[in-house]
Amino acid sequence: MIEFLDVSKTFKVAKREVHAVKNVSLTVNKGDIFGVIGFSGAGKSTLLRLVNLLEVPTSGMVKINDTDLASLSAKDLRQLRRKIGMIFQNFNLFSSRTVAGNVAYPLKLEGVPKAEIERRTAELLEFVGLSDKAKNFPEQLSGGQKQRVGIARALATNPEILICDEATSALDPETTADILKLLKRVNDELGITVLLITHEMHVITTICNRVAVMENGEVIELGEVLDVFTKPQHPTTQRFIESVNKDLPSAELLKEWHDAGDKHIYQVTFTGGATNQPVLSQVTQKYDVHFNIVYGSVREIQGHLLGNLVLSFKGDQDKVAKAIQELQAIVDIKEVIVDES
Amino acid sequence: MKVDWSTFYQRIIEATGETIYMVTFTLIFGAIFGIMVGLSLFVTRQNNILENKWIFGILNFIINIIRPIPFIVFLVFLMPVTRTVMGTTIGTEAAIFPMAIMATFSVARIVEQNLMSIDPGVIEASKAMGASPLQIVFTVLIPEALGPLVLGLTFVSISLIDFSAVAGYVGGGGLGQVAITYGYQRFDTSVMIVTVVILIILVQIAQWIGNTIAKKLMRR
Repeated sequence: MIEFLDVSKTFKVAKREVHAVKNVSLTVNKGDIFGVIGFSGAGKSTLLRLVNLLEVPTSGMVKINDTDLASLSAKDLRQLRRKIGMIFQNFNLFSSRTVAGNVAYPLKLEGVPKAEIERRTAELLEFVGLSDKAKNFPEQLSGGQKQRVGIARALATNPEILICDEATSALDPETTADILKLLKRVNDELGITVLLITHEMHVITTICNRVAVMENGEVIELGEVLDVFTKPQHPTTQRFIESVNKDLPSAELLKEWHDAGDKHIYQVTFTGGATNQPVLSQVTQKYDVHFNIVYGSVREIQGHLLGNLVLSFKGDQDKVAKAIQELQAIVDIKEVIVDES
Repeated sequence: MKVDWSTFYQRIIEATGETIYMVTFTLIFGAIFGIMVGLSLFVTRQNNILENKWIFGILNFIINIIRPIPFIVFLVFLMPVTRTVMGTTIGTEAAIFPMAIMATFSVARIVEQNLMSIDPGVIEASKAMGASPLQIVFTVLIPEALGPLVLGLTFVSISLIDFSAVAGYVGGGGLGQVAITYGYQRFDTSVMIVTVVILIILVQIAQWIGNTIAKKLMRR
C-alpha cells in the first residue's frame, strides 16, 4: 500500500547537508497499524511527510497503491492527499473555525454540497464522540478533544491511509490511551491503514502490529511488534523496550534480597501458550520446592501475552536444581547473577 | 482676526467631512492593495507556498525604501505623479492618491507580520488536506489572521488621520488645513482647540470601531 524504495531525503541547512532520511526501504501493508519509533531527530517526521509529499525525496521512490508519487501532477497530488488523512502532535486546527467547521473544511475544498457536508460532519463528530462540541471553537477544547477533532477532520474525505505525526505526544497518559483506542477503531471499523510515528514504545506495543525503529535517518530494525519486542537486535531498540519493560529490579534491591537469604533468584520469560498452563506450580510441587515472585510483569502485545517474572526459589538445593532443569524445557529461565561485591 | 463661530462652525463640519472622506477612501484603497501586496510578500517568502525570490525581493525592497520617507516629503515628491494620475495636486481627491500609496505599504507590512504569526502547522495541515495555494490564501491565511488584521488596519487608519492633517498643509483640505490656516497662521487658538478635540474624537471612534470588530472576529 505504502512503499518506500531506497528513499533518502537531504536538507541543506546553512550550507551543511543534513541526511534526515537515509536509504529507507519499507512497505506498509493494507490494514496495518505501522509504527515508526525513534528518538527526536531520527528522521521519522521527515519520513512521514514523504508519504503525502509534504517533503519531496532527494532520491528513491515513494509509491502509494503502486503509483509513484513523483509522477503526479500538482493537481493529481492534491487529489491523492485527500485520500491520506493526517493528524499532528499540535493538532493544527483552524482557530477561526468551529469544531464542525474544522471537520467540514476538507469537504469544502472538494466542493461537496452543503447538505452532504452537514450530514458527514455530524456523522464524524458522532464517531469521535464530540457531537455536543460542534459549535465550540478549538480554543475551548482540551488536548484530547482537539486531537479527536483532528481525527474527525482527517477522516472526512474517507481516506485509505491515516498518517499520525506524534499524535499523542502532547497528551497525558489517560488521554493518550483514549486516542490510541480511537485510532484502533479507525483501523478496525473503517479499515483504514495507519502509519504513525512516535518516540513512545508503549504507543507501539498498544496498537501497532508492525514497527520500524529509526536512528540517524536509517531504519535499524523492522518487523512484527511481538518479534521485535521479544528479540530486539539493536541496542537502540533494546533501550526503547526497557523504557516500557524494565525486566530486572535494580542491583541494589537484588543484593538486599540476596543478603536476606534469597540465594536462588531466577528470571523466567514466556510468551503465548505457556502462560495458559500452571507450569510453575506443577513443577515446583513435584519437587517440593517453593517459589516467591519478587518482581515481574505480564503484558499483552498484539493479542499475545508476554511474561517476565523474577522468582526466588526456596528449598533443598538439589531439588531446586532439578526443578529448574525441568522448567528450562518449557520456558526461558536463567539465573539472575547478583553482584556480591 | 478671530473667526466668527456663528458661521465658522459650518467650515468645521465641512472640514471634518473632508477628513473622514480622505481617511475612509484612503483606507479602502490602502486595505485592498495593502492586503494584496502583504499576501504576495508572505506567500513568496522562502519556504512558503509560492516561494519566489524575485517577487519577494522586489516587494520587500520597495516597502523598505518608501516606508521611512516622512509623509510630507513623500507627498511633495509624488506631486508630478499625482498630477498625471489625478489631474490635479490640490484638493481632497488629490490628497487621497499619495496617502493611499503610503497606506498600501504600511498595510502590506502589517499584513505580512500578521500572517507570519499564523502557526505554520495549520498551513501544513491544509496542504496535507489537498488545498491549492490559492485555497490556502482564501480559506486559511485570511480567516486565521483576520482579527489581528483588523487591529492593524485600525492602527493604520489612525495614522491616516495624521497623514490627512499633513495633506491639509499642502492644500488637501480637511481639519488639518483648517487648523493650519486659522489656528496656526492666524493665531486663533479657539480653532486650534476645536480641531484638535475633533481629531481626538475621530481617533477614539476609529479605535473603538476597530476594537469592536476585532473582538467579534477573535471571540475572546
